[in-house]
Amino acid sequence: SINKKRTKTINREKTSGIWVYAEHKKGVMHPVVYELLGKGRELADKSKHKLTAVLIDGESSHLAKELIAYGADRVILCSHVLLESQQDEYHFDAMTTILEEEIPSIFLFGATSFGRSLAPRMAARLQTGLTADCTRLEVDDVSGNLYQTRPAFGGNLMATILCPDQRPQMATVRSGIMHAKEPDYYREGMIKRVNYKGKIKPNIEIINEIIGEKKESIGDASVIISAGRGIGSQKNMKLVRKLADVLGGQVGVSRPLVDIGWSEYPHQIGQTGAVVRPQLMITCGISGAIQHLAGIADAKTIIAINTDPEAPIFSVANYKIIDDCIEVLKMLIDSMEKKQS
Amino acid sequence: MKIVVCIKQVPSTNKVQLHPETNTIIRDGRKSVTNPFDTYAIEEAIRIKEKTGGKTIAISMGIPETEKLLKDAMGRGIDQAILLSDKAFAGSDTLATSYTLSLGIRELMPVDLILCGKMAVDGDTAQIGPELAEQLGIPHVTDVIEILEMKQSYLICKREIDNGYQLLKVKLPALLTVLKDINMPRMPSIEGVLQSETIEVIRKDARDLEAKTSKLGLSGSPTQVVKTFVPERDSKAIEISGNIEEKAAKVKNIIGEVLGNGRSQD
Ligand SMILES: Cc1cc2nc3c(=O)[nH]c(=O)nc-3n(C[C@H](O)[C@H](O)[C@H](O)COP(=O)(O)OP(=O)(O)OC[C@H]3O[C@@H](n4cnc5c(N)ncnc54)[C@H](O)[C@@H]3O)c2cc1C
Ligand SMILES: Cc1cc2nc3c(=O)[nH]c(=O)nc-3n(C[C@H](O)[C@H](O)[C@H](O)COP(=O)(O)OP(=O)(O)OC[C@H]3O[C@@H](n4cnc5c(N)ncnc54)[C@H](O)[C@@H]3O)c2cc1C
Repeated sequence: SINKKRTKTINREKTSGIWVYAEHKKGVMHPVVYELLGKGRELADKSKHKLTAVLIDGESSHLAKELIAYGADRVILCSHVLLESQQDEYHFDAMTTILEEEIPSIFLFGATSFGRSLAPRMAARLQTGLTADCTRLEVDDVSGNLYQTRPAFGGNLMATILCPDQRPQMATVRSGIMHAKEPDYYREGMIKRVNYKGKIKPNIEIINEIIGEKKESIGDASVIISAGRGIGSQKNMKLVRKLADVLGGQVGVSRPLVDIGWSEYPHQIGQTGAVVRPQLMITCGISGAIQHLAGIADAKTIIAINTDPEAPIFSVANYKIIDDCIEVLKMLIDSMEKKQS
Repeated sequence: MKIVVCIKQVPSTNKVQLHPETNTIIRDGRKSVTNPFDTYAIEEAIRIKEKTGGKTIAISMGIPETEKLLKDAMGRGIDQAILLSDKAFAGSDTLATSYTLSLGIRELMPVDLILCGKMAVDGDTAQIGPELAEQLGIPHVTDVIEILEMKQSYLICKREIDNGYQLLKVKLPALLTVLKDINMPRMPSIEGVLQSETIEVIRKDARDLEAKTSKLGLSGSPTQVVKTFVPERDSKAIEISGNIEEKAAKVKNIIGEVLGNGRSQD
């Protein structure tokens, strides 16, 4: 399936190492950037390439030093007042200007809302491949090929993806997946400045931006008590709420409970709901369908309560209780409350 | 206003089965549904049309069975449906998919608005929207939760971003990907279903689209899936046994350990 015609068009000699897109907001670096630099450093050392961070901004060039401390050999710095806000179109245009001079072999982006919008647009412009939400990245030092492993089908399947004939090989990675290295502020690196003219006429205007006013999201909760169809009736949802309150946590549900109106969509966990990563999760009457499991893969400790010993939820749980979840909930609330008084 | 909605067929509930030896997904056209996020895109298109007038068109690249889902979209109020179907499209990654969709949409130009779902629940990349917009040379906005204003030459929408929202004014034509919060999809109506029976789904293959073969399907896809495997899951759940009091007491201890002992007392 290798397309010969296209193979000719890439000149690997001209590709320049591994790049990381340094996303930041008003001078504050997004933590995923340091994680990507940690991974990028590893890949660069293995394949004997240079690691470059691309910094597009208004004028917060102090961030360049940070990027070097976290592992970059070089920072490509493109500054212009128009690049101060995260206006996608200007950033995209600036990125295009940079890529006219050189093309990386590997280009990593954070899977943030900004990165998930910019990276695919860039990939289509460059007519290259982009692998979404990678959880593992390994480089073959001979071919320079990047083995990109990612979950698909809601986490039920892992796929390893290659982009053998095109450069750059682009990938997005969610935050919290890779590990940042300790910064070394004595590290030295180079800064390359790229001029930006800002001549495009943007089609999108940011009228307003509201940060930090999002509804309380279960994606950030450290304790979640979740309920599925096995909860039996809407009135039993009170028990779930109660235990969540006692533990300072939040309530999560499987999709059927949203469909029948016992709960609301923001509480839905799973492939078409929220992805959660709590320290502790207690599931009550949830069977563990793959679409549900897709949302809880990153939960630290799962205690699952289900009457069916064969319930698939038990295959991902740390502790299992084969019993009626209502009884267990009642007893547990009782004993937790006793402890407090 | 001419609005195009991109819809994808995905496997339905619990019907996702892995081949025991090859670990590949067993796909079955009869057991599939419209990608959940796309039902919100369909609804939004119909709502806009109800307000501003115009025409709504659903388009999908997929196997012949996808026709059923396009009919369903028409049953809900979509005016016309197009199915891009050809063996040459098989194995498309997001670049090849967005290229093929762009050819189908170009034939409909001028188009004012293109709506996609936030992501498809199987491939799960959320890349088609931005890639398609780039291939068409129009602006895009991802993760839209509300369209506040719809004018002839622009729209104003609310977009969800990490930890907040943006209010954006977007020139048309444009492409938006939508989240579930945007609306509550209606069911197909009886009149709608009857009406849709009388309208043919327009079929197009690679030749109809005058596609460049090198940009289609597997050979037009820069990414290649070289291996698939089932992730290892820790199936050694420790069973908590005893009578109900004992179980509760054990769970309480585990909670204390996990959250640190001082935690549950404050
Ligand atoms: C495209 C698509 C996307 C989807 N997205 C999601 C999603 O994001 N999130 C999601 O959750 N689902 C999603 N689903 C639905 C999913 O396939 C399952 O149908 C759903 O997760 C099942 O929910 P459940 O576990 O609550 O119900 P069930 O599967 O009915 O399970 C109920 C469980 O409760 C147990 N039980 C019964 N009584 C008791 C009792 N007294 N005490 C303890 N246990 C008891 C039963 O043994 C059973 O295991 C999606 C489906 C599709 C097709
Ligand atoms: C295991 C696995 C992993 C994969 N990983 C990648 C990867 O990392 N990178 C990559 O480029 N490809 C990947 N693919 C291929 C990708 O799934 C297909 O290209 C697919 O056709 C479109 O991508 P998606 O499902 O991710 O759609 P998304 O981009 O998530 O879909 C967003 C929206 O685009 C529209 N849309 C998507 N597909 C169609 C369609 N066929 N017809 C009409 N509208 C559509 C819908 O409105 C949908 O809501 C992978 C495939 C598999 C099986």
